[in-house]
Amino acid sequence: MLSRTADSLYWLARYVERAENVARIVLVGHRMASMARSLGSSGDEWLSTLIATGCEPGFFAKYSEPTPAAVIDYLVRDPDNHSSVFTSLETARRNAREVRTALTADMWDALNETWLKARDFSSQPMTLDTAPSFLEWVRERSQLFNGAYDSTMLRNDAFYFTRLGTFLERADNTARILDVKYYVLLPQDEGVGGALDYYQWQSILRSVSALRAYHWVYHDRLQPWLIAELLMLRREMPRSLISCYDQITRYLDLIAEAYGGERGECHRLAGEAHARLRYGKIQKIFQSGLHEFLTDFVDRSISLGSEITKLYLT
Amino acid sequence: MPEADDALALLTQIFDETGLPGDCLPQYALIRQWLDEMPRESIEHKRREAELLFRRIGITFAVYTEGVSPERLIPFDIIPRVLAPAEWNVLQRGLTQRVKALNAFIYDVYHDREILLAGKIPSALVLQNDGFRPEMQGFEPAQNTYVHIAGIDMVRVGPKDFYVLEDNCRTPSGVSYMLENREAMMRLFPDLYSRHRIAPVSHYPEELRDTLRSVAPVNCEGEPAIVLLTPGANNSAYYEHSFLADEMGIELVEGVDLVVDDNIVYKRTTEGLRRVDVIYRRLDDDYVDPLTFLPDSMLGTPGLFNAYRAGNVTLANAIGAGIADDKAIYPFVPEMIRFYLGEEPILANVPTYRCSEKSDLTYVLEHLHELVVKETKGSGGYGMLVGPHATKAERELFAEKLKSRPHDYIAQPTLALSTCPTFVESGIAPRHVDLRPFVLAGKEIRIVAGGLTRVALRDGSLVVNSSQGGGTKDTWVLESLGHAQSHRG
Amino acid sequence: MRLTIRHQTSYKYSKPIIYATQTLRLAPRSYEGLHVMQWRVRGEGRHELPSFIDGYGNIVHCHTVNREHDSAVVTVEGEVETYPTDGIVRGAAETLPPLFYLRTTRLTTVDEAITDLALSRKGGPYERLRSLMEEVRERVDYVQGTTEATTTAVEALKLGTGVCQDHAHLFIAGARVMGIPARYVGGYLWAGGDGEHQASHAWAEAYVPEFGWIGFDPANRSQPGEAYVRASIGLDYWSAAPVRGIRRGEGEESLAVRVRVKDSAQQQQ
Repeated sequence: MLSRTADSLYWLARYVERAENVARIVLVGHRMASMARSLGSSGDEWLSTLIATGCEPGFFAKYSEPTPAAVIDYLVRDPDNHSSVFTSLETARRNAREVRTALTADMWDALNETWLKARDFSSQPMTLDTAPSFLEWVRERSQLFNGAYDSTMLRNDAFYFTRLGTFLERADNTARILDVKYYVLLPQDEGVGGALDYYQWQSILRSVSALRAYHWVYHDRLQPWLIAELLMLRREMPRSLISCYDQITRYLDLIAEAYGGERGECHRLAGEAHARLRYGKIQKIFQSGLHEFLTDFVDRSISLGSEITKLYLT
Repeated sequence: MPEADDALALLTQIFDETGLPGDCLPQYALIRQWLDEMPRESIEHKRREAELLFRRIGITFAVYTEGVSPERLIPFDIIPRVLAPAEWNVLQRGLTQRVKALNAFIYDVYHDREILLAGKIPSALVLQNDGFRPEMQGFEPAQNTYVHIAGIDMVRVGPKDFYVLEDNCRTPSGVSYMLENREAMMRLFPDLYSRHRIAPVSHYPEELRDTLRSVAPVNCEGEPAIVLLTPGANNSAYYEHSFLADEMGIELVEGVDLVVDDNIVYKRTTEGLRRVDVIYRRLDDDYVDPLTFLPDSMLGTPGLFNAYRAGNVTLANAIGAGIADDKAIYPFVPEMIRFYLGEEPILANVPTYRCSEKSDLTYVLEHLHELVVKETKGSGGYGMLVGPHATKAERELFAEKLKSRPHDYIAQPTLALSTCPTFVESGIAPRHVDLRPFVLAGKEIRIVAGGLTRVALRDGSLVVNSSQGGGTKDTWVLESLGHAQSHRG
Repeated sequence: MRLTIRHQTSYKYSKPIIYATQTLRLAPRSYEGLHVMQWRVRGEGRHELPSFIDGYGNIVHCHTVNREHDSAVVTVEGEVETYPTDGIVRGAAETLPPLFYLRTTRLTTVDEAITDLALSRKGGPYERLRSLMEEVRERVDYVQGTTEATTTAVEALKLGTGVCQDHAHLFIAGARVMGIPARYVGGYLWAGGDGEHQASHAWAEAYVPEFGWIGFDPANRSQPGEAYVRASIGLDYWSAAPVRGIRRGEGEESLAVRVRVKDSAQQQQ
């Protein structure tokens, strides 16, 4: 297939996933902020929301204070923000439009209708009250799109590149959420955190829809290292780092096989990152530094992305 | 110069294709009955359904007017336009003849120019025309064909009087509407559809692919690799480009997807570079290759023309085909048919005044109020004057332009375009229509029966261009006049 | 006269670029005034470049480097025998009729000043062209670096300075106003000795019914003779351009051009 087509599919999937992820992070941030207020904490929830989405530098170029209204508008609607929910949807649709012939009708419909409606939503500033229902809707639409392509696309290279986009973005997102909250996961002197910590842990799990999953897997009260383990090393958790890399390596292999078996640097990088997760132990990771591990992981994912681009997408 | 009386006659009598107010013509009998029987609300409901259908499949057409959403929808009229078998038969023969002559003409002007030497067309008109591309001189295209896809705009003014309004030999668009309109009619009114025997159109993409395959470069071995080259998603006809590529099962590429190395064209794929043999390009000549044409164009591929000229790739339509559809050349098409084919033209031209001729200019200036004046370089209904609908001030302004640049204009009588029943605000009313059949030329000439019918939705308007508020209709060419078999029991 | 030509262009890029392609019109064809003994156009890697004949009858070579690179070299080498013809061009590949060369282009569009300059010439067509040639040179001083490849005839006349390309454009524009077909010629000029100055050159040709196409070199106020190697023709610089190129990549280009035209007969003595 055309490199540009593969590139557009890959980014299309990444941006849909990004829209959903930013929506998830803002929803949880919103919830935490109200929680923190009721618990009397000064709280820097909106700041960490900005950091988790990677939008902090852009935000402070435009605003001086992370007021709730400013953060919400910036993350959800602001056309100046390349990663705002709305801009992500728009970018996704633009990519889709450029490769209309490579999409199934269901994919296009799901995306096009999402964009049309999001455009109406975004004509006014987002507020604390209007944002949540919009964000819930975005989450649903993203899942509709993922379902549409999963159930209608031919299982060929076009599908594989789309998949790569989804899972690379998802892995990146999970790593960022963990990294921005890593300090609440670190062991503390008193052994058990306060109420606020407890809510923080909950919020991490909620942001990746894993609160229930945690209880099913561990049958235990929330423990920070188990939360980290679930989101990094547990294969049964679909948004965990290892799950994402299971998929990434799988689709990279399928692509190589479809193209006659030749592999490149991206295959090596993906295999290496995958192995670190497969053979990783959460105790070891905590010992040598959770933050360091996550930063390194994000960097490796970025390198992987550029190697994929170099080999297939240009 | 055409007779003034002819011009007047064309102006005054409006022909309704159903035959009304006299007897309804047989090809419209069932439709008339159907319209009579169908409750008004039901039609209204179907019309909304049609609109939804089109919006969903995303047919959009950018309109070059400020303040209008670039993704506005072209209105689709649910009442089909019907042509009887005998009517189509004449059109088909006439179109085949015309496109053959146009191709012969282009071959000639880029080779020995016999038609100029014979004095049939003034040499300067060709040689100093921007549509004449010196880069094409002496080039041998596969099958001697330049215009592989032609859109011939036709109008009708009487039961047997079809005129060719203009030839589109460069990158004619609209065929996707022809196909989608048919699809919509079959989905919305399966019963009405099944009561007629209608020539199919859905095989157009296959015919197009076969045509493109038949013009692969001589040195191409095996199955030619065909691509469709589009200017990109911002082009007004992008939907059509992606639709056709999809229907033909070929890759839709942009200039950046192609790369030329040692005069061979390749596409960039996830598996590396892959050779390309035939390019159905929907990009104007000027933008195809910045190395040969407009140097600052970002849309094309550097070196593409060199590869073409070296005979390693086919461009469809050929570069320089625009010389044949230039409005200043148009008046000579009947002469071309006689010159190259030794036949009398089957389809008539609209009488045309060339303002570059003194006597014609004088006539035009005196009769501006009854003429349509067009810029020879214009297209899409821009830059023209419709005399009868213009104000005195507008006509005076235009007269000045004519006097200062007579070479840039031609004039034609305001034709009383035929009308077809059309669904409008006030109900069903006659509206003016034209017809653009698509003619494919490669190893042989192929025409899918029918074409795109455009309809001027405003009362009395003669401008059918979608950029100026025109709509479209499904065009039915009946295979026989009788009702479908099932009704005979 | 026997002339040898060696024309080497070296490109260097500040950062590696990934793709470069060029169209070269640097190869003469034989006619009554010139016989090509040998001619080679080679690109990076010293391979001979693929070529075709364009609509004007020029030989066009194509040079493409489709990989990461930070330098490239194009080398033109050849030997020709030239004969005196008083500027008259006979026996050349004429693909387009003279009438075509009345077309105006962006570079040769006229204004009132050029029209006046052209229409005030006196005499028959040939005399008027001679006079036009003198007047063009009179009005536009030869000064390098004041004009660019995109400078139009109108601009050059206003400026009053320019190079051979500007002289040619102004001459062509003027001739066409008079109703005389005219065209641009690119090629090489032997300037005496074996110097390296001004060896790439541009001049014009006009069509006079009694002679056919005949050359005028306004920059040197003369009609091309044995020292001229005619390599390309076109409506203007743009269509006859010796080199047109496009590259992909961020690197800045710097180039060094070395052209030598020598009288090979002299050398042998």
